[in-house]
Amino acid sequence: MENIIELDNVTKRFGGITALNKASLKVTRGEVVGLIGDNGAGKSTLIKTLVGVYSPDEGDILIRGEKVNAWNALKARESGIETVFQDRALTPQQSIVKNIFMGKELRYPFGFIKEKEQIFEANRLIREIGFTSKLINAESPVGNLSGGERQGVAIARAIYNKAELIVLDEPTNNLSLNETQKVFDFVLNVKKSNRSVLFIGHNIYHVYDISDRFVILDRGEVVHQLNKNDVSTPEELMKIMRDTIGVH
Amino acid sequence: MSNKNSFLSNYFHRNGRALGSIGYFVLLMVIFLIGAPEAWIRPNLHQSVFVMMPTLIFLTIPLVFLVASGEIDLSFASTYAVAAYVFALLVKNGVDPAICLVLGIFTGAAIGALVGTLIVVFRLSSLVASLGVLFLLRGVILLLSNSRSITIMEIDNHWIYPLLVGNFYGFPMQIFWAAIFVIFCYYFFNKHVFGIHIQHVGDNSVSAEQMGINVNAVKIKAFMFVGIGSAIGGIFTTMITYTFFPTQGFGYLLLALAAVFVGGTPYWGGLGTIIGAVFGVGIIAYMEIGIIAIGWSGEWRQFFNGLIILLALLGHRLHGERVR
Repeated sequence: MENIIELDNVTKRFGGITALNKASLKVTRGEVVGLIGDNGAGKSTLIKTLVGVYSPDEGDILIRGEKVNAWNALKARESGIETVFQDRALTPQQSIVKNIFMGKELRYPFGFIKEKEQIFEANRLIREIGFTSKLINAESPVGNLSGGERQGVAIARAIYNKAELIVLDEPTNNLSLNETQKVFDFVLNVKKSNRSVLFIGHNIYHVYDISDRFVILDRGEVVHQLNKNDVSTPEELMKIMRDTIGVH
Repeated sequence: MSNKNSFLSNYFHRNGRALGSIGYFVLLMVIFLIGAPEAWIRPNLHQSVFVMMPTLIFLTIPLVFLVASGEIDLSFASTYAVAAYVFALLVKNGVDPAICLVLGIFTGAAIGALVGTLIVVFRLSSLVASLGVLFLLRGVILLLSNSRSITIMEIDNHWIYPLLVGNFYGFPMQIFWAAIFVIFCYYFFNKHVFGIHIQHVGDNSVSAEQMGINVNAVKIKAFMFVGIGSAIGGIFTTMITYTFFPTQGFGYLLLALAAVFVGGTPYWGGLGTIIGAVFGVGIIAYMEIGIIAIGWSGEWRQFFNGLIILLALLGHRLHGERVR
């Protein structure tokens, strides 16, 4: 199977603190990888390094087997990696359409924006992800939306860009049951289309349900990796995690 | 019905602030008209406003971009004079005025880039750092020019004079250029990647960065644009008056900033309105000149400028607080 992305012995330090220590991780095409770990385990640093918000101090990043240099967020997006950040990475005073196309606007020559096309696509996308309120359209400001709807906008962005790998950072936080189910449906759809998901979650039941493979992170290190077949219940996964990282 | 509601609410969200400043402008006109109808009918009042407006537009509109990006710049009032100094000095030394114009604008862009880089790279407060640059550059100009003005009557014979600031059948050409500048900036701010990225960066710079926007580059470009606008304003004024004088531009510092905020651009970043700013400039320019025209003493000017800024801010609050 083709590796979409591979982190090879990546280290990231902030001042004197080593947030990631020789972490290695890969995501292959069509799989859903669940990343779990306690608070402060380095999940957030790992994700931000993987998607180019941070650049690694040591170690390599490989995209489809090829090493990349000067890794940054724009390169990650151009490589087909889209992220739904924990904070959704939205600009609330701007419209839904501007948010969906943020950083990847549809452009005419000289940088002018294809506004009508963007609005048309955004309206299609927000219907596709299940916005039903007639009060909301592509030109509504994101600040007027609920938490679940904002999550929808962040996901619509990933859908539009037809990412090969979608990174979901704590996507079910603060969502209702119904909204959580929508996120799960989305993940399954991505998988069905032979694309990949990296799913980061606190809720081990959510991660267990959705993932094909689990990566356990502790104190900046990848301490354990196992397949869905290796564990039969979320409780067992939780036990393995506790045993590995020594939390009781 | 609900579709109509959403259309109206989106329209208001996009244009409410500009409409607000248009409203204030109309109100001001009505007050003047009632207060001093005979002064209002005389065309020379409006002519003097229209002479002042272009310079203020070149200063104010780029500031809308910068304020929308979440930063502020006070140094533009000195950049204005530095660019004018470079222009006048070169003209005086026999360089072709067209080349002087380009070099003057380039100077403005370079100063903007330096100020922007200083603020962005060292993460300085743009208010305080640009205040420092404001004094520093003014000091440099006073030292370089020996506090003396430079007269450049010779540009009268050059083709750029009638083209840029000449009189076209009684119509001052600088108004035409200011109008082109406004139209360009309207599209640049609302329909171009540069303006859109500025709005994202000013709204939430962390989100913008996560989406691959180079936040620092966007901010530095916004500072450069302010430098370019100030340089154009400074050079135009120098051409109109045939004189560079070392204190030039200082008087515009607070007026241009007032025009940005009276025009409906909020101080917190992420939003801005070009059309609103044009009416903000109109309000400030008419206040400056209108008070005298209706026969009040000049002492009232600052009082009313202050009053209108406060009233405008209170009015713009109707458009709501910052959403997060």
